[in-house]
Amino acid sequence: MTMMPRTITTDEPLLAVSGLTKRYGARIGCADVSFDLYPGEVLGIVGESGSGKSTLLSCLSGHLRPDFGRITYDARDVLAMGETERRRLGRTDWAYVHQNPRDGLRMGVSAGGNVGERLMAIGARHYGDIRDKAADWLGRVEIAADRIDDRPTAFSGGMQQRLQIARNLVTSPRLVFMDEPTGGLDVSVQARLLDLLRGLVRDLGLSVIIVTHDLAVVRLLAHRLMVMKGGRVVEQGLTDQVLDDPQHAYTQLLVSSVLQV
Amino acid sequence: MIQIENLSKSFTLHNQGSAVIPVMAGASLIVRPGECVGLTGQSGAGKSTLMRMVYGNYLAAAGRLVVGDLDLVTAAPREIIALRRHTLGYVSQFLRVVPRVPTLDVVAEPLLALGRPPAEARRHAEGLLARLNIPERLWALSPTTFSGGEQQRVNIARGFAHAYPALLLDEPTASLDAVNREVVLTLIEEAKARGAAILGIFHDEAARARICDRLVDVTGFTPRLAA
Amino acid sequence: MTDQAYNFAYLDEQTKRMIRRAILKGIAVPGYQVPFASREMPMPYGWGTGGVQVTSACLVPEDRLKVIDQGADDTTNAVSIRKFFQRTAGVAVTEATAEATVIQTRHRIPETPLHEGQILVYQVPIPEPLRFLEPRETETRKMHELEEYGLMHVKLYEDIARHGTIATSYAYPVKVEGRYVMDPSPIPKFDNPKLGQNPAIQLFGAGREQRIYALPPFTEVVSLDFDDHPFEPSKAPHDCDLCGARDSYLDEVITDDRGGRMFVCSDTDFCAGRQADGHRGRLSAVEAVQ
Repeated sequence: MTMMPRTITTDEPLLAVSGLTKRYGARIGCADVSFDLYPGEVLGIVGESGSGKSTLLSCLSGHLRPDFGRITYDARDVLAMGETERRRLGRTDWAYVHQNPRDGLRMGVSAGGNVGERLMAIGARHYGDIRDKAADWLGRVEIAADRIDDRPTAFSGGMQQRLQIARNLVTSPRLVFMDEPTGGLDVSVQARLLDLLRGLVRDLGLSVIIVTHDLAVVRLLAHRLMVMKGGRVVEQGLTDQVLDDPQHAYTQLLVSSVLQV
Repeated sequence: MIQIENLSKSFTLHNQGSAVIPVMAGASLIVRPGECVGLTGQSGAGKSTLMRMVYGNYLAAAGRLVVGDLDLVTAAPREIIALRRHTLGYVSQFLRVVPRVPTLDVVAEPLLALGRPPAEARRHAEGLLARLNIPERLWALSPTTFSGGEQQRVNIARGFAHAYPALLLDEPTASLDAVNREVVLTLIEEAKARGAAILGIFHDEAARARICDRLVDVTGFTPRLAA
Repeated sequence: MTDQAYNFAYLDEQTKRMIRRAILKGIAVPGYQVPFASREMPMPYGWGTGGVQVTSACLVPEDRLKVIDQGADDTTNAVSIRKFFQRTAGVAVTEATAEATVIQTRHRIPETPLHEGQILVYQVPIPEPLRFLEPRETETRKMHELEEYGLMHVKLYEDIARHGTIATSYAYPVKVEGRYVMDPSPIPKFDNPKLGQNPAIQLFGAGREQRIYALPPFTEVVSLDFDDHPFEPSKAPHDCDLCGARDSYLDEVITDDRGGRMFVCSDTDFCAGRQADGHRGRLSAVEAVQ
């Protein structure tokens, strides 16, 4: 065999999660979740409302503190980090794309300022450089250069979402959390965004954890899939395998419930 | 290159009384580099199921299924992802792509995923599309709006973009006219010549006769109803 | 003269002690906003209740007090506060910057350089420099704690993007001793360079928002800027029409309805002192005639 892939079994996961549990009193938020995420990998988390996928994402991204479990990022124990270090990670190496762009953007600040904020937060102090970089990123997310001084309030929903993505990716993060990024968008706008995300994932080697209830989105975007129900992971595997040959009763129900177009 | 031993598969329908439907048992075959093996058998005999298992799309229940040096029965998802990226190509009957993406990028994508420079990947894609007689004015459009035959050819171009050492072909010549059928058959012959191991389903008997070195009837892998 | 119905300088001793503790803490951590239990004062919020409480806590009977509003000793606000302390503390008052031991100010730093032993008390309407960018107090406190000040530069970025230059001309944010970002109260940015390395103690009181912060003498204070858009203290490009000063901060005064105007020092004591020394400006003759 001459053309085997580079051995990928020896490299280290970027994010390693084990036994992650979060309870809200007696109610389970998520329970005993474990997985590894490798560089360049897109992991989809699907499940219906209340399945624990949002709780899990909040725990992973540092917005919620889990009750039990371990999260290791790049060989560092995330839960043992001080808040300063965790928040620094949150604006350099990590990114978080909210479902509603209004939660992830500063609506009173121009598009350029929104993109430049993370740069300034890590010490960029040259206006011209910041502006050039902002313009470059607006271009990458297909926002016209002459909109750089407009506020997001003047943008359509799809543009706002793309701006949020540019704002997040400008510091070249390695791990991106996405919460229903295509949620509130028209179908045609969704497609454009999906295409954009795929290209960025591929070109930048991003690792992504994407929470959604839209199976079509994960089929096109995620390499691997985790199916959650009642706070637990009921099935995980290769995305197309989980969708085409689901093993768990719940996944079978989920897949068969999707309307065919 | 592709080695299948005593492979079995069943579907458990949890939401329909937990019915267990065995669909394959004792499947065994081998495809060597430079060889093309055709799967035969009646519709529903399990040809596509076997192909999907080889691609990792369906989980195998038991047995061995080795592509290159990876056993898909026990492989981790990320190993299968790497296998698909580098080693194992698949031309399915249906094109599944992100809407809006230009045809040229659809075809170039397997190369971009391997980290090839975009310009080189696109040039290669252009060559394939031209060879498969997709008019240049369509290259910048999404293939989702194309006719069945055009979509099929885009799918083939994509499948042949990278010189995969192993290829799965599901009815590659269906819905093609004579000219394009000839182009596709030549592509397959070229792949064989460079040493690719090919497993395929060909309803087109003349094509089957021309490119298949051996045929395997999957009816032999169908579990007895009693079993 | 002193109104015997009130304790010295109006506030009771317990309250003054509480405020002094906040002041000492503020001096110990330059630029950090110390919460304090701001009292109701016999004047509306916005009239300098924070500054008055700080002044009250600092005053001793031997002090000589100066009060200015926008640089002037003779405006309503300045006159009221000066009278307030004359009545409740019986302290001496002055208009001369050099002679004062405590100076309460609204929106200016006197032109005459301050010296050791003096206390400059600022009235502060909004102590939080991050407020207009991040409305959540919990979040802005966290940002101060973790030194997350990128947002301050976003504000300056927006200025340049919109106006081609940093248009913020007052309440221009500064960084104190390389640590806390601080709002210097709405002083013109012309005054910003006087904040740093100043021999006097500078105290900032925000009554409505219940915050006190401070700059001890000779503190490093840097105005935020960009490498390619450096901070520039600015003033109207004129000389004072009364005293001819070329380097003092000027007020523009409209003199008629035909476009007539004059520029005069906003610091009345400084201007008067110069005129007494014989300096003259463009319109001095006119003044003399009147």
